[in-house]
Amino acid sequence: MKLSTNFVKDYIDIPVDYKTLADDMTNVGNEYDSAEKLINATNLVIGEILECEMHPDSDHLHVCKVNVGKETLQIVCGAPNARVGIKVVVALVGAVLPGDFKIKASKIRGVESYGMMCSLEELGIEHKYLRPKDVEGIIELGEDAVPGEDPVKYLQLDDEVIDFELTANRGDLLSILGMAHEIGAIYDKEVKPIDLSYTESSENIDGKFNLDIKTEDCPLFLAKRVNNVVIKESPEWLRNRLIASGIRPINNVVDISNYVMLEVGQPLHFYDADKLGDTIVVRHANNDEKLMTLDEQERILSESDIVIANKTEAIGLAGVMGGFSTEVTEDTKNILIESAIFDAVKIRLTSKKVLRSEASNRFEKGLDPKRTYMAIERSCNLLEKLAGAEIVSGLIVHDKTNKEDKEIDVTFEKINQVLGIEIPREEVIGIFKRLGFETRVNENILTVLVPSRRLDISIKEDLIEEVGRIYGMDKIVAKPIVLPLKTGSYDKAKRSVRNKMVELGLNETLSYALIPEREVHKYTTDEFDTVKILDPMTEERNALRYSLIPSLKMIYEYNKARNQKDISIFEIGKSFYKKDGKYGEQLNLAALMTGNYVVGIDKEQVNFYTIKGVMEEMLDHLGFAGEYKLAIEDLPVELHPGQSASIMLAGEKVGIIGKIHPNVSKDNIYVLEVNLEKLLADTNNSKKMKYKEISKFPSVVKDVAFVMNKEMRSEVVEAAIKKAGGKLLTNIEVFDVYTGENVKEDEKSIAYKLTFNDKEKTLSDEEVLSLFNKIIEKVSAECNVRIRV
Amino acid sequence: MQEKIEQLKQEITQKFAEIKTMQELNDLKAMYMGKKGLITELNNGIKDVAPEEKKEYGMIVNSVRVLFNDLFTATQTKIQEEIVNEKLKKDTIDISLPSKKIKRGSKHPLNRIIEEVEDLFVSMGYDVYDGPELEDDEHCFRLLNYYVGHPARDAQDTFYIDDEYLLRTQTSASQSRVMQANKEKSPIRIICPGKTYRRDDDATHSHQFAQVEGLVIDENVSLADLKRTLEILAKKLLGENTQIRFRPSYFPFTEPSCEVDVTCFKCGGKGCNLCKQTGWIELLGAGMVHPNVLKMSGYDPDKYTGFAFGTGLDRLAMFKYAITDIRLLYTNDIRFLEQFDRKDEENEIKY
Repeated sequence: MKLSTNFVKDYIDIPVDYKTLADDMTNVGNEYDSAEKLINATNLVIGEILECEMHPDSDHLHVCKVNVGKETLQIVCGAPNARVGIKVVVALVGAVLPGDFKIKASKIRGVESYGMMCSLEELGIEHKYLRPKDVEGIIELGEDAVPGEDPVKYLQLDDEVIDFELTANRGDLLSILGMAHEIGAIYDKEVKPIDLSYTESSENIDGKFNLDIKTEDCPLFLAKRVNNVVIKESPEWLRNRLIASGIRPINNVVDISNYVMLEVGQPLHFYDADKLGDTIVVRHANNDEKLMTLDEQERILSESDIVIANKTEAIGLAGVMGGFSTEVTEDTKNILIESAIFDAVKIRLTSKKVLRSEASNRFEKGLDPKRTYMAIERSCNLLEKLAGAEIVSGLIVHDKTNKEDKEIDVTFEKINQVLGIEIPREEVIGIFKRLGFETRVNENILTVLVPSRRLDISIKEDLIEEVGRIYGMDKIVAKPIVLPLKTGSYDKAKRSVRNKMVELGLNETLSYALIPEREVHKYTTDEFDTVKILDPMTEERNALRYSLIPSLKMIYEYNKARNQKDISIFEIGKSFYKKDGKYGEQLNLAALMTGNYVVGIDKEQVNFYTIKGVMEEMLDHLGFAGEYKLAIEDLPVELHPGQSASIMLAGEKVGIIGKIHPNVSKDNIYVLEVNLEKLLADTNNSKKMKYKEISKFPSVVKDVAFVMNKEMRSEVVEAAIKKAGGKLLTNIEVFDVYTGENVKEDEKSIAYKLTFNDKEKTLSDEEVLSLFNKIIEKVSAECNVRIRV
Repeated sequence: MQEKIEQLKQEITQKFAEIKTMQELNDLKAMYMGKKGLITELNNGIKDVAPEEKKEYGMIVNSVRVLFNDLFTATQTKIQEEIVNEKLKKDTIDISLPSKKIKRGSKHPLNRIIEEVEDLFVSMGYDVYDGPELEDDEHCFRLLNYYVGHPARDAQDTFYIDDEYLLRTQTSASQSRVMQANKEKSPIRIICPGKTYRRDDDATHSHQFAQVEGLVIDENVSLADLKRTLEILAKKLLGENTQIRFRPSYFPFTEPSCEVDVTCFKCGGKGCNLCKQTGWIELLGAGMVHPNVLKMSGYDPDKYTGFAFGTGLDRLAMFKYAITDIRLLYTNDIRFLEQFDRKDEENEIKY
């Protein structure tokens, strides 16, 4: 809402300058975007062209002698309308015009020039507001303009504009009158009455017009006829106020409808009464009904739209835009004024589809029925004054609204309790008086009568806010909080996982949950439906991710393109899906590793075992040591079939680990993803962290190497060793894997370090040797391996 | 004899002086002290000496032996030292060469801020609640007093999944979940940090961003309590000298509602480009929980009052770590991420 201070001053005295006003309004809850003078230029004076010669060295420049009051200046000017005798706007040397354009003394093609004669556009009035004569050249002022005086004042452009960003509840402030009430409450000033006077002719519309309201979405509809309007240009003051308010002047009649909307807050529509006929029907549109709107666009309507129709067809889209067929034109003589209230939600739906306009914005926020009547009267007043209209007697009315002031009770105690301060009773009552709300006091109860213009106020909390707002929210003093002592809590396990991953040298990333749909089913074999966005911003962000790996891979690509090749990253984030028609989300942990993991001179490249180590550290940290295993089954096609696995916990798949398939990327990239939500839920059931007694007796270590088929997995041999070793075998460690000389091509040798210990006694050499030999014998037979000698 | 012994002593002393290695030293010992060594033979010669001269002869020979042993020990020590020194010299490395280490792990700056906020509120008895990001209209809007068609929905460009499901535009959605889930309708003290989404992407907005929501429901909770809580939050995150200011505003789920400004974190309130010369920066939205919201979730507004607040965390993280472009938070450049591996400085608040 652009507020012209000249406009609002018709109704309220403002004891401060416009910048202070803007700040004071902010302090009562009405923020502004900008507060500027309408003409943001300095050093302008009225001048009179005394001489005007052609520039000796140009076919369009003039060299003028201009009387600016105190002196006569030579100014070179290119405007075609520069000529002797006209009064003009001169920007003197030192002037600054909008766009930080500084006027300096200069030589133009060898001729000295001391200033500039200005057009309206050069003074900062936007092109869209200008008439043809305004754009043809410099401004020509009237005969009565006095050289040396202020041209901005002369042009009645000495206005200021505060552009407010109003909150959605304050529809009442989308009007000059509403603003006047708000300003009045701040400075304790009376709002001045609006001139609603006009004379009615003997002609009466009663009985000559049919109004048929066929929808409940139109609780109030008023129509008034005026005859014999004279269509012409609006007076400058009116034009300027519209321009300051951001509305383009058209002609006096159209301008009046906009002016009254700005002033009263009620959008109006003026029909050419002769094109309209004698009937108005308000109804819902039929599906696929067509309507040509004012902007000459054909709109295809649906049942949720409300239309205004005559006997034959729809002639306007209620609350949004009028129709082309009944538009007021230069030839219009008689007018039917419509002032109505339509359902806010319906208007919002239609306007979102068709056009957001000044009118729809007001309908959406709700309207005061009293203002609906007032708007008709004010229109008549102005049409009579400015367009010579004859006002036809009688008003066509359909009215189902309640215009009574709301009565709300609140206690002084409650006000102070919610605000947390002590405001004296008299001050509370005073605040309501300033707001224009009547009050009654009965013991502790304060009854407030809220005027119908304040649609935002309906419960006592709203009244408390009004008190806080006007009293000054910032005067509330922070109090030591008195609440029962209790412990707080957060998801420690989740944070613990994050800490662990950081400890392991991975960098945490945070990427977008929205990814391209084509990536959603990658790096998983799970069955689910993609969760798609109805109206995505781009096709690259049109679906919610399931696996986090596509995001991590994109991060990898981004960094690789910037020559960063040592990447170890992880992310904890939600995975989204639709299963059996239901939406769901779960917390996942994913990691991606590539390049060097250990850096320095003795670098170490990431391989499968590196990321396996990260996985084990993380799972062991959560208390799952010894409970999980890797299974080569159910692998996503994006992973290398020989270097990846499903992570199994208690027979259930909880994640995947492996190398990205060479068809997907030629680089050696390793990834890991687990269902963290499940792990965190299970972690409370995992083994408690308890001290295990350390043996007092020495351990005996023995090494053995088995030669086995290359396909054989070490875990099979380890399991056999463990089984054969029994409880005296306390640890098995692989310390070498060998292929090459002395080992056949389809075989490999794995060396194990076995640790034996007895908690009760020192083991004898014989005991160990006997057990060791038993292990070798059993494992050799069971696993079809042989000892390497 | 005396002369011969002196000559021998001189010879021994000179020989020791020429010794360079352990081998030479051992050879020298064999030469003099071995079975057929010169000193051994001299010693053996005692049997040929007249009995009255034996004592003197013995003393003289012994003095030679003592001299030899002393020199031997001294030389041996010297050579061993040289060997060690030689080895140390050989083993000397260039300590300025790079260290060998696992790559630096780090937490994302936004999560660092979230953890800091969590720790602060947990210390004040709040529970941290993590609500769904894929929300329904009911919890994100309707239970927060945004009826269908409410004009305030415009301020939140929403990613819809279908007619009912959407990506939450505000962590406030968690408020209604927590209130509904509380079957006893007992007092609540929670914060809900998390990801939020709006259909908006430009230089200062990201379509995905982070917020934290706070909700307290209890008897006799007031705006003054809210102010104290937010003062603590602002001072903890932005420094002890930070001031806050309340301005009335509007949110459908709070009444009264306010915007909360903090003294500009760049200029400290003097006025600069960041705060557009006002000295203040809008940081939070807050207010007293609207009675309709309490009622819709089964709380009695005559018994309970509550306050709620919400703030974006991206800007806080940007300020705290002097990050100039919001996009850096989401592009995950390794060179950016690696910088956040230090411990945080703590702002102490004194009351």
